[in-house]
Amino acid sequence: MNVRRVVITGTGVVSPVGCSKETVWPAVRDGRSGIRPITSFDTSAYEVHFAGEVVDFDPLAHFSKRELARLDRFVQFAVVAADAAIAEAGLDLDKENRDRFGAFIGTGIGGLHEIEAQHTRLMESGPNRTSPLMIPKLMTNAAAGQVAMRRGLCGPSMSVSSACASASHAIGEAFHCVRYGMADVLICGGAEAAVTPMGLSGFQQAKALSTRNDNPQAASRPFDLHRDGFVMAEGAAVLVLESLDHAQQRGATILAEIAGYGASSDAYHLTLPDPEGRGAARAMTNALADAGLAPTDVDYINAHGTSTPAGDDVEAKAICAVFGEHAKNLAVSSSKSVFGHLLGASGALESAVCIWAMLDNVCPPTINLDDPDPECCGLNFVPHKPQERQLNTVVNNSFGFGGHNVSLVFRKFEA
Amino acid sequence: MAEDVKSKVIHKVAGRMDVSPDQVTEDTHFVNDLQMDSLDVAELVIDLEEEFNLSITDEEAQKLQTVGQAIKYIEGKQQQTQ
Repeated sequence: MNVRRVVITGTGVVSPVGCSKETVWPAVRDGRSGIRPITSFDTSAYEVHFAGEVVDFDPLAHFSKRELARLDRFVQFAVVAADAAIAEAGLDLDKENRDRFGAFIGTGIGGLHEIEAQHTRLMESGPNRTSPLMIPKLMTNAAAGQVAMRRGLCGPSMSVSSACASASHAIGEAFHCVRYGMADVLICGGAEAAVTPMGLSGFQQAKALSTRNDNPQAASRPFDLHRDGFVMAEGAAVLVLESLDHAQQRGATILAEIAGYGASSDAYHLTLPDPEGRGAARAMTNALADAGLAPTDVDYINAHGTSTPAGDDVEAKAICAVFGEHAKNLAVSSSKSVFGHLLGASGALESAVCIWAMLDNVCPPTINLDDPDPECCGLNFVPHKPQERQLNTVVNNSFGFGGHNVSLVFRKFEA
Repeated sequence: MAEDVKSKVIHKVAGRMDVSPDQVTEDTHFVNDLQMDSLDVAELVIDLEEEFNLSITDEEAQKLQTVGQAIKYIEGKQQQTQ
């Protein structure tokens, strides 16, 4: 079988800390929180009043009113991020064989804005007054479908839905698709827009969220002893993955190489991780094997680190199990401390962070880490401030409700 | 009354397709002039049902191809109920 090297040539982001690489990376690197009180609806009856909302995004700057009538907010995010990634990659699609291009965009929930709006109509006006656009707007694959349609990508396209592992699954599957020759270029990542009344209520009721309403910017504190849940966020991130041959033939600027993809299932509990972290460890081990690398090759891990009491210590233990003595040499941080948890988009935004971190040789910090939890194995979690470090190989972890685990390995590109 | 229905239909069509009401006349053809697809037409039918508080069957909706036909249809329906 022909196994090809696969590289990243573009990144596009829509996030609580900005909608371009130029705004997002400095905020993540310097640890400037994007968590604020929720403004899109009244949260006074809720236990949680804050989130990572996307605030500098004007849909009418990107879409006509007619287009917007067909695009749920998560799809709007995906399309804008995809366009930015394609632009950064310098791809002139008219000159390309787009039968060999596709879009893999993950989402945890799909069109929750549309679901809520149409459910209200159903209750108020009856079953004959809901929108004919409801299903094609809310379906989880709407993002991948719209990106493919708008950009004329005629190769494989799909959505991946594995809760908070969705985007990393999408990138991993896209990586293997290009590696094994099913496509030359895949636009891949994730999108989520679930900071809605039902979304906030649902995660609140699952007791998954921080309730630190008196200090929202200190609420996302992965690996800290006083963490009390994750902070919901929204946005999208998209990468352009292409075969090395294709990138070199067109003279593209290569940002990084994607070298490994590992996935596993806890097969344990709907929301809780395996208490020994065995699923997470298997994902990392599988990803390193896929990359043909040893644990000692890894310099930095962008952790899943959601700031939940149940999750962070288990991830730390899994890292220690996989990396052994080398664990104490690693830098490990969670960028969710800065932008919150983008759910099904998180793995893509954090993959972009990994790539930017390697380009600058800087590990972005875990902010709010005042009092490291002793259960988290004393790793170097890059507290508060970025750390300069030569970064050649980095790992991105993403784990989802349902027990889905994904690890991705990125490397600095060397010809 | 007639002007009222005409004006409301034109504004609904213009709003749905994001064009100026000045560009919409009774002769305007939904598909040929406004490039509406099946989903746009289905949405417009819901808009009109809500605006005029009536039900339009799929069979009736398929016969409505121009703005003028929609106006005439709605006026006919309103006379039936009076």
